[in-house]
Amino acid sequence: MTDVSAPSPPSAPARRVAFPPNWPARIAFAALALYVVYACSVLDITWARFVAGFGHGARFLSRMFPPNFAHDKLELLYSGMTESLQIAIIATVAGVLLSLPLGLMAARNLSPLPLAWTARALIALFRTFHPVIIAILFVKAVGFGALAGMLALIVASLGFISKLVAEAVEEMSMHQVEAVRATGAPFLSLVIMGVLPQVMPRFIGFSAYQLDSNLRNSALVGLVGGGGIGATLFTAFQRFDYDFVLTIVLAIIGIVMIGEILSGWMRRLFQ
Amino acid sequence: MDVSTAFKPTAGDIDRALVIRNLRKEYRPGNPVLKDVSLTVAGRGMTAIIGPSGTGKSTLVRCINRLVDPTSGEIHFRGHDMARLGGRELRVARRRMGMVFQEYNLVERLSVIENVLCGRLGYVAVWRAWMRKFPARDVDRAFHLLDAVGLGDFATQRADQLSGGQRQRVGIARALMQEPDLVLADEPTSSLDPKTSVEIMELIARRAGERGIPVIVNIHNVDLARRFADRIVGMSKGEIVFDGPPRTLQDAHLLQIYGGEGWLQ
Repeated sequence: MTDVSAPSPPSAPARRVAFPPNWPARIAFAALALYVVYACSVLDITWARFVAGFGHGARFLSRMFPPNFAHDKLELLYSGMTESLQIAIIATVAGVLLSLPLGLMAARNLSPLPLAWTARALIALFRTFHPVIIAILFVKAVGFGALAGMLALIVASLGFISKLVAEAVEEMSMHQVEAVRATGAPFLSLVIMGVLPQVMPRFIGFSAYQLDSNLRNSALVGLVGGGGIGATLFTAFQRFDYDFVLTIVLAIIGIVMIGEILSGWMRRLFQ
Repeated sequence: MDVSTAFKPTAGDIDRALVIRNLRKEYRPGNPVLKDVSLTVAGRGMTAIIGPSGTGKSTLVRCINRLVDPTSGEIHFRGHDMARLGGRELRVARRRMGMVFQEYNLVERLSVIENVLCGRLGYVAVWRAWMRKFPARDVDRAFHLLDAVGLGDFATQRADQLSGGQRQRVGIARALMQEPDLVLADEPTSSLDPKTSVEIMELIARRAGERGIPVIVNIHNVDLARRFADRIVGMSKGEIVFDGPPRTLQDAHLLQIYGGEGWLQ
């Protein structure tokens, strides 16, 4: 029996507090709420503005229905969609292939530190901007069309997958790598038999996720001149073909959902 | 006792022997884990290195195949100073040294046979590893070795499905797959139960013995060392404090190696 478990004497009336008030947190929340109100007033977001906006929205929606399934429109949709799919798939394959070596280079437990930091800097650079901004740069650099969109998505895929590959490699078991190294294996064989088996399931998971996300982003890069369904969508908006816009949006939703199912199925397959 | 004359290799053993001279390792400068250790291991039989944890046994064994880079000293084996080698030369020297690990260190997600074939990576071209196109002779040997360690039926199972004892058998097969001139075993039984430990030591002693491969084994189980080794090297605080055949190892030596006495009762 220790003192701790002994009942406290009845002469100690002061109740102990289990959850003391966290004043800094309370003040921070109050300040945040005040700032939101202030920002709304500065931006002139009022109820009247909301009502006006809703009216606009309702008219816009009514002009979207019914979706336009005219033959010539479907042909446009089809060619835009195929281009987007091609952009997404090429960008994923190229990005995945390039990101494996880049990720390995960036892993500090495998590559010499100067190389690792160079690779990390490159990855950080790729990740700095949203794919849309990269796409704008490429459109300016190589001109309108699918090439610019593809290059933008390759850069985005590289940034995402290589970073995750580097992290996966840094978390792997060095015991297993050490054993393969002890057999006198050259570096590439060490990577093939000691490193890849450990990171492959996660790598495939990242790649599947990236395919999914490239499908979505391929529509986005098209909006800024990167080709594909995004370009078709942009033109439809410009021409106030809102019923065709709805058709395109529905098609994109369908493709993205299929992509998500496919990528989930791929991840399960390679676990 | 006079450490340097405790074991005299015969003339025929000299060219196959491992000769370590003044080996020193400091992980932090000025704080040596190995204090200028010198040791000659003949080209046959099992040498057991005993001693308390943290005394540099593992570092010593890992310096031999350069998983750890020594701070200074020489490690002569088959005409090379392992301590000076680098790049391709080091890999070629390494492939003739099989290693068995405490945690087995199998590549968990590879199959048993792939793990055994890892022992050939120092010999085969990279594309063969990539395509899993190992020479037929190597594949036959891998199956043969799996039979020899009693795991012939497990070849295509993934390594992470095996028990500890089974994994260590695969580890032994992988080491023998290298056609080694020397087997290094770093605490091969420390993660195993007593019965399996004996079986594993027996397996290492028999399979290496029949091929005439010398074995250096780190082990902190003194009974196992006495039972299987031809020679016992006792280390304490980074130095060799005993060197001789098992029958000459007395309690007084154990006291010197491990310190204290209560545990000997």
